[in-house]
Amino acid sequence: MIPYGAIISSYLVAAVLFILSLGGLSTQKTARRGNLYGIIGMALAVAATTMLILGKVQFPEGLGENFSGVLLNDPTTSSVFAVVIGLGALIGAILAARVGMTSMPELVAILHSFVGLAAVLVGISTYMGSGISVPVGGELVHNIEIYLDVFIGAITFTGSVLAFLKLRGSVSGKPLTLPGRHLLNLLMVGACIYLAFEFVTADGHTAVQPLLWMTLIACVIGFHMVAAIGGADMPVVVSMLNSYSGWAAAAAGFMLKNDLLIVTGALVGSSGAILSYIMCRAMNRSFVSVILGGFGTDGGGGSSTKDEDQGEVVTFDIEETVEAMRDATDIIIIPGYGMAVAQAQHSLSQVVDFLKEKGKTVRFGIHPVAGRLPGHMNVLLAEANVDYNLVLEMDELNDDFPATDLVLVIGANDIVNPDALEDPNSPIAGMPVLEVWKSEMVVVMKRSMGTGYAGVQNPLFFKDNTRMLFGDAKAVVDQLLTGLRSP
Amino acid sequence: MKIGVPQEVWPGECRVAASPANVKRLVKMGFSVLVESGAGAAASFDDETYRQAGAEVIDGTAALWEQSDIVIKVRAPMQNPETGVDEADLLREGGTLISFIWPGQEEELVKKLAARKATVLAMDCVPRISRAQKLDALSSMANIAGYRAVLEAAHHFGSFFTGQMTAAGKVPPAKVLVVGAGVAGLAAIGAAKGLGAIVRAFDTRPAVEEQVQSMGAEFLTVQIEEDGTGSGGYAKQMSQAFIDAEHALFEELAQDIDIIVTTALIPGKPAPLLITEQAVKNMKAGSVIVDLAAERGGNTAGAVADQVIESHGVTIIGYTDLPSRMAKVSSNLYGNNICHLLDDMGGAENYKVDEADEVVRGTLVLNGGEMKWPAPVKKLAEETKVADSISQKAAVQVGPTEKKDRGPFALLLIGLVLIAVGWSGDTGFLHQVTVFVLSCFIGYQVIWNVSASLHTPLMSVTNAISGIIIVGGMLQLGGPLDSPATILGVIAVFFATINIAGGFLVTQRMLKMFQG
Repeated sequence: MIPYGAIISSYLVAAVLFILSLGGLSTQKTARRGNLYGIIGMALAVAATTMLILGKVQFPEGLGENFSGVLLNDPTTSSVFAVVIGLGALIGAILAARVGMTSMPELVAILHSFVGLAAVLVGISTYMGSGISVPVGGELVHNIEIYLDVFIGAITFTGSVLAFLKLRGSVSGKPLTLPGRHLLNLLMVGACIYLAFEFVTADGHTAVQPLLWMTLIACVIGFHMVAAIGGADMPVVVSMLNSYSGWAAAAAGFMLKNDLLIVTGALVGSSGAILSYIMCRAMNRSFVSVILGGFGTDGGGGSSTKDEDQGEVVTFDIEETVEAMRDATDIIIIPGYGMAVAQAQHSLSQVVDFLKEKGKTVRFGIHPVAGRLPGHMNVLLAEANVDYNLVLEMDELNDDFPATDLVLVIGANDIVNPDALEDPNSPIAGMPVLEVWKSEMVVVMKRSMGTGYAGVQNPLFFKDNTRMLFGDAKAVVDQLLTGLRSP
Repeated sequence: MKIGVPQEVWPGECRVAASPANVKRLVKMGFSVLVESGAGAAASFDDETYRQAGAEVIDGTAALWEQSDIVIKVRAPMQNPETGVDEADLLREGGTLISFIWPGQEEELVKKLAARKATVLAMDCVPRISRAQKLDALSSMANIAGYRAVLEAAHHFGSFFTGQMTAAGKVPPAKVLVVGAGVAGLAAIGAAKGLGAIVRAFDTRPAVEEQVQSMGAEFLTVQIEEDGTGSGGYAKQMSQAFIDAEHALFEELAQDIDIIVTTALIPGKPAPLLITEQAVKNMKAGSVIVDLAAERGGNTAGAVADQVIESHGVTIIGYTDLPSRMAKVSSNLYGNNICHLLDDMGGAENYKVDEADEVVRGTLVLNGGEMKWPAPVKKLAEETKVADSISQKAAVQVGPTEKKDRGPFALLLIGLVLIAVGWSGDTGFLHQVTVFVLSCFIGYQVIWNVSASLHTPLMSVTNAISGIIIVGGMLQLGGPLDSPATILGVIAVFFATINIAGGFLVTQRMLKMFQG
């Protein structure tokens, strides 16, 4: 028999380990240790809870009754529990081992949806089952907690599923803008509030129906909310859902009177919120405007007229680009989602090695929202063994462009769009961008003249010092490598 | 399709319509290229280099013209002063000619070509729209002329451009005035600045002030409210009062200036006289004036086209062949302009004289002998961006808008929470709220320290951690196995486990890469 206090202190240790785990990510060196802390914390928490439900815990006087409902009475349940844990761990491990670094955003999104789903299930289950007994006076608060938990969980669930589909490309990244969509959202929220009233005033645990109705509506809200958000805002959406999954866990903690869940949920929730904030700032958009969605459709009056005659682009072929790379001594490479899609990072890494061998200065410039996930580009470049001292952030690099001979933009678009600074009517006006056009020459590698995820034309392509090199990023980079190596 | 590159016949013309590099490009576009033997000799391109670039070198002017579907030239067709053969007569019946034509002044030539049912594209008629910049031969030549003008001035100027402190004594820097800050003017500013001179530039168009300053020169204009911006980005003629003010300004400036480069032209008019006799007199002996407008009468009193004269001790240079004096680069750039035009017209495979294309339409003088010039004036309201090719306009900074203050919203939220807490009067709940709020603050502090490059691992690790919801699922397993509560709990445990395992392992995988 373990004293109940040991369970509580295990939870405390787990919570501290989780905090250390996040703290470890402040530098590359401590990051792995941080992850290990997280694993230990999680193992500890699960082990303590297992002890608790197996009835191996010695409760102090009077407290035992509160937990009587959680004990595993049915022996088959324990075996099912073991099987389910094993199976889940196996699937998770396979997912983690198989996923390509380019599909990280999808994985993260689908994992968020699992947390949301789990929160919904736990909430409903808590309401229906015996579980933890609640003093009669706290019934109202408890019901509100359940209701909130299910509500947030459901939004996270469907929102993440849709985000996953959008990131995979199964669903178009275009924002869905139904007429009166804000009104629709308001109506749905209103209905949820009404159902909440029904739910909390019901006697005993009889109001399952309003709870399920609300779950359904919240699912629609989550779906509709993400559907209205354009592809360019995907990094915000993913980090926002990250935040929601945390809040869902925290709500579950309130509901289950479990401090560990509250602490963890709050950590994750604020982490996601800060990431969303960083992403929003990187795009100069307020969080509210991202959530309200519809970005990427309305081009703004000023820019639509500009689209008509932007001039023509000057194209480069492989040889000319190789020539330009040979002539340059200071080169900056700006990767974007196109590089990720084409899996060009490995070839690119070899190109960089080659150029460095020739004594050239080569650096990478990473925009905060490059890719579809915060830090996405860093992960890909790390995968390709690019020295992370070469990988710089936008702010570190923006002053250096005028002294740069050559900028290679690989599969990026909106993050190098001068309109963000020059055209106040542009939908991306005010978004901080990498000011590549100030350099001597820019070579933009792209598949086509198509617009970026924000759906706005990019005047960079028409600048006099810009050359376009069309083609799949991987194929092009491979050819560049061959070209560079041939004498 | 065969493109013919004949030798220029204008006496002293060193340029050729395509350099070997251009030939390579044309061949890549699918054309076969014929080059007259010796065509590039004056521009330092020998026949062998052309052959290596993929051209066929042809002996004999007539043979070349006869075989070519498209003839590309620099100067407008003229009578060969040596052989007496007129190039216009050499063009194959129904053939195509791309060259400078000046159809406004060369009516005879255009008539002659029309009689041969020729298709003629004039490089001097490329519309001044930003899309056509890459084939704007006037700009590319003006750029060279502006640069060369400064070098010619330096050649005739008896001192350094840059100021020097030597053991033998102090030399002040040369003071250069550039009049007219078009493409040539800006190029001249750049060249003079590069040599170390103090440069001032004058223009009637206020819009170019920024461009002048971006090149490092001081911008001058007359203190009279009048905008000299005409159509297509060119200057227009100014009022008499303005002109008088200009003259006065230059006469005063002249006393202090060593070198003047004038580039002022008004479309369709003789060049305006800007540097008066008095201004020339005011200049110090040994000063130099380069008049790029000499061909059209000159901006300077006394300037003579193609000649260097001396007036009141001041050298006045009136060369009109400055681009030809740098034949290698000018041939190459001119050839590039032509390549871009041919590329626009579809290359060899889809070659087409498309009158619906604004650029082709503007350039077109004759289509199969039919008169097409001047092109109907389409509204060219668009501000010319030609000058941008030399000086990049300073970006209008639209700074990131201030972030909205979310303070009130947060306060409201906290208020609501507090009300809820007070309502319940539940100390257990108050304890939970305390834990929650403190955790949020810890999260806030910790997360801001996370390096931006580790944001993806941060997401996956928080993802894994939020799998702590598994504890919630586990607490639901108490009932009978077939009760809905337990079933839901089991499913929750299942998904949460995937989350935990997937999240941690993928983080581990990613972090391993970062250490590599």
